[in-house]
Amino acid sequence: MSAVENSISDDVAKSASDARDRLNEHTLKIVHWHFSEETGSPFWLEKKAELGFDPLKDVKSFDDLKKFPNFEDEWLRGGPVDRWVPKGHAGKPVYVFETGGTTGIPKSRMVIEDHWKDYELFSDTLPDKYFPRGANWLMLGPSGPRRLRLAVEHLAQYRGGICFCIDLDPRWVVKLIKKGWMEHLEEYKKHCIDQAVTVLTAGHSIECMFATPKLLESLGEALEERGTSLKEVGIKGIFSGGTEFTPQWTRFAVEEMLGGPVEEGGVYMTPTYGNTLMGLACSKPISAADGYKISYYAPQPRAVTEVVSFDDYNQVVGIGETGRVKLYTLTDEFFVPGFMERDEGEREAPFDLYPWDGVSGVRPFHELASATTVGVY
Amino acid sequence: MITLQPLRWGKPYESMEIKDIVHFDTGEPIAKFGSVGGGIVGRDMKQAHKAREALLKYSPAELIEMSKKAADLFENAELPVGDTTQSVDEFVHQQSASTGLPEHMCRSNLKKNSFVLSHMDEILNCLTRGLDLNILSKGYGEEGRGVIVSYQAQTPILGAILPNNSPGVHTLWLPAIPLQIGLALKPGSQEPWTPYRMVSAFIQAGVPAEAFGLYPGGHDAGGAIMTKTPRSMIFGSAQTVAQHAGNPKVQAHGPGWSKILIGDDIVDDWELYLDMMVESVLSNSGRSCINCSGIWASRHTREIAQAIAQRIGPVDVLPPTDESAQLAAFTVPAMATGTHAMVQQDLAEQGVTDMTAEYGDKLIEREHCAYLRPMVVHADSPERGVAMKEYMFPFVSVVECPQAEMLRRIGPTLVGTVLTRDPALIAAAGASVDIDRVNIGPIATNRLNWLQPHEGNIIDFLYRSRAYQTADMPVAAGA
Repeated sequence: MSAVENSISDDVAKSASDARDRLNEHTLKIVHWHFSEETGSPFWLEKKAELGFDPLKDVKSFDDLKKFPNFEDEWLRGGPVDRWVPKGHAGKPVYVFETGGTTGIPKSRMVIEDHWKDYELFSDTLPDKYFPRGANWLMLGPSGPRRLRLAVEHLAQYRGGICFCIDLDPRWVVKLIKKGWMEHLEEYKKHCIDQAVTVLTAGHSIECMFATPKLLESLGEALEERGTSLKEVGIKGIFSGGTEFTPQWTRFAVEEMLGGPVEEGGVYMTPTYGNTLMGLACSKPISAADGYKISYYAPQPRAVTEVVSFDDYNQVVGIGETGRVKLYTLTDEFFVPGFMERDEGEREAPFDLYPWDGVSGVRPFHELASATTVGVY
Repeated sequence: MITLQPLRWGKPYESMEIKDIVHFDTGEPIAKFGSVGGGIVGRDMKQAHKAREALLKYSPAELIEMSKKAADLFENAELPVGDTTQSVDEFVHQQSASTGLPEHMCRSNLKKNSFVLSHMDEILNCLTRGLDLNILSKGYGEEGRGVIVSYQAQTPILGAILPNNSPGVHTLWLPAIPLQIGLALKPGSQEPWTPYRMVSAFIQAGVPAEAFGLYPGGHDAGGAIMTKTPRSMIFGSAQTVAQHAGNPKVQAHGPGWSKILIGDDIVDDWELYLDMMVESVLSNSGRSCINCSGIWASRHTREIAQAIAQRIGPVDVLPPTDESAQLAAFTVPAMATGTHAMVQQDLAEQGVTDMTAEYGDKLIEREHCAYLRPMVVHADSPERGVAMKEYMFPFVSVVECPQAEMLRRIGPTLVGTVLTRDPALIAAAGASVDIDRVNIGPIATNRLNWLQPHEGNIIDFLYRSRAYQTADMPVAAGA
């Protein structure tokens, strides 16, 4: 990327500076919440003794979070899950959501209302033209121990609609792949897609949906085989995510599955990036002119993404440079002071809509890529 | 630097996902390779009928003539490939650079593919047992016996998931075009060269471009070809073959476990067959399913193993441009180290002897690749695990086994060369369902007669023989 492309306007620079101030302020508030005896969680209060510094005194800005050791996702395996519940939230109903879990003990994260808040914030980014208020939704993806179903359902309800849900169990999919039961895999996928087609063609006025890229692809294909399309069954807006999302796939989806660019009457689609730890990062609007480049921006200050050097995880790379994705979660329910994602990408500059760093070209971290099964559902 | 892009029924597609193809030894990029995902492949497979329709505009005879012209172009011409043109020498350099095969082996595979294509009329004549190819084209016809014969094409296209590093296997999909069946090929990530050059040669020879799809990509691209094509072939491991066993839609090609069986009647003269045995083990760097991985005899097995070891044990790594290079590199070093570790386990078993131990280290590790030097092991019984092993380098186990037990213990054997004059052994070998291609007499396992079917007859795979009866329609009253 050239220096010109990297340059940001004075207005954006000012917004970015303001956003940073808000992030610093938010960081202080969250650190105090999690490390105060009255409000903190048993996990962090116990961890405090091992840190070698006092978060209540020594964290004065977001950058000071680098004093913490990297968050180890192994800490999330096994119980008791209650140790993550901040005392300040004692007595409230708690959800537990899991990731992974194909083998061994899955990682689990407690949630009270974060999944609702994350998706309410996400809702604010969705254009009403393509995600009409009051429209009904389809959620086609994993439910079970994952938060996605409840989160998307809340999004639909928050926008005044009702959510129809079709479940796909990714742990079973991974098992089918490992066993080489490809016929079963196809049948299972068909089983899910058939249900989605049935719901979409049953007169429920579904206009918005979530699907993982692979399921969206299969759904588009299944509808086409029945002589119809996502557009013809009434879908106006789609948000997709959950697995790797590439410009090439986006181009294919826009050009060959969604009826062309949205300006020419095609179905609107926006990629998202997220996980149970962080929440949901939105994409900068995608276009053919921009090479279908996908740039994600975390919902700051509740979550932050950085692109850091492969050699020094506390060193943010230059704009346009490649590094590993580092996540921070800074909510009153959950505190993650720097978690190394299993992804890498390029650092993106702030812009007017999201005046903070983003990340583009997200793909499996090259050192882990061969050992990771991605995009299975 | 040459860039290879996907081809969607004859139309190049500018992929946004471009990867480097790197030199096996230096790690330097030598080409760029665009890929597609399963979604694009799936969409194109819905238009597969158009590929066949384009081919049906030409008669089989015309397509055979085009194939012969394509053979000449493939072997000799400068052809448009990717975003540039490619000479034969460039093809050989590029293929060697990405696969680790010595250049003379690349040239040999080039000639083999060209040979098969240029003899397509004879090959199809033999595989169809002289059937008029217009009957395949039309779907039915009369052969002169007063009975209609009908062969129904089971697919408009043949899908193929091609291997990374075996340029010799491409002969298997070549008959599709003169049979008026289109091709959806997923080229191997390190060996896209043959399919790209071959498709270019076909198109230059006049075959309609709409008949060809080239879909480089990951597992989902291959998976889409397999699931959405009524007939496809795949090249892979024993696990891949097992996964598709019994699936009539898939012809799976994997390890061959090809063997040489020596009858008691001639085993005392084993030295007469030494050259043939060495060729069977060492040719093409031992990388093919038709390379010999087991030599079975009831006696003299140690001497046989010793003699082969003396011939191939000293073979060492040479530059790929050296005309006497016999070893191909493992472009993924971990494959070599893993294989080496498995061989060490084999050798740990009682009754197994490394006859090439005196010829130095077998595992040669380089920065970006690795080599395994030839190995001959002796197994004092077919009970030894190594008797059933096949590896991707010149490796053979010489197994001591009574003749009476051989055929029931050899297991799956793609090519079985049986050295004997004993009519009973010849008859039993011919009847053994474990042996796919049977050679009676001193024929090296790697020497295939292309006029005969290989791992199933492709005609039977692509066409179904069925009944087709006709009767005159009655004339309507008042007509």
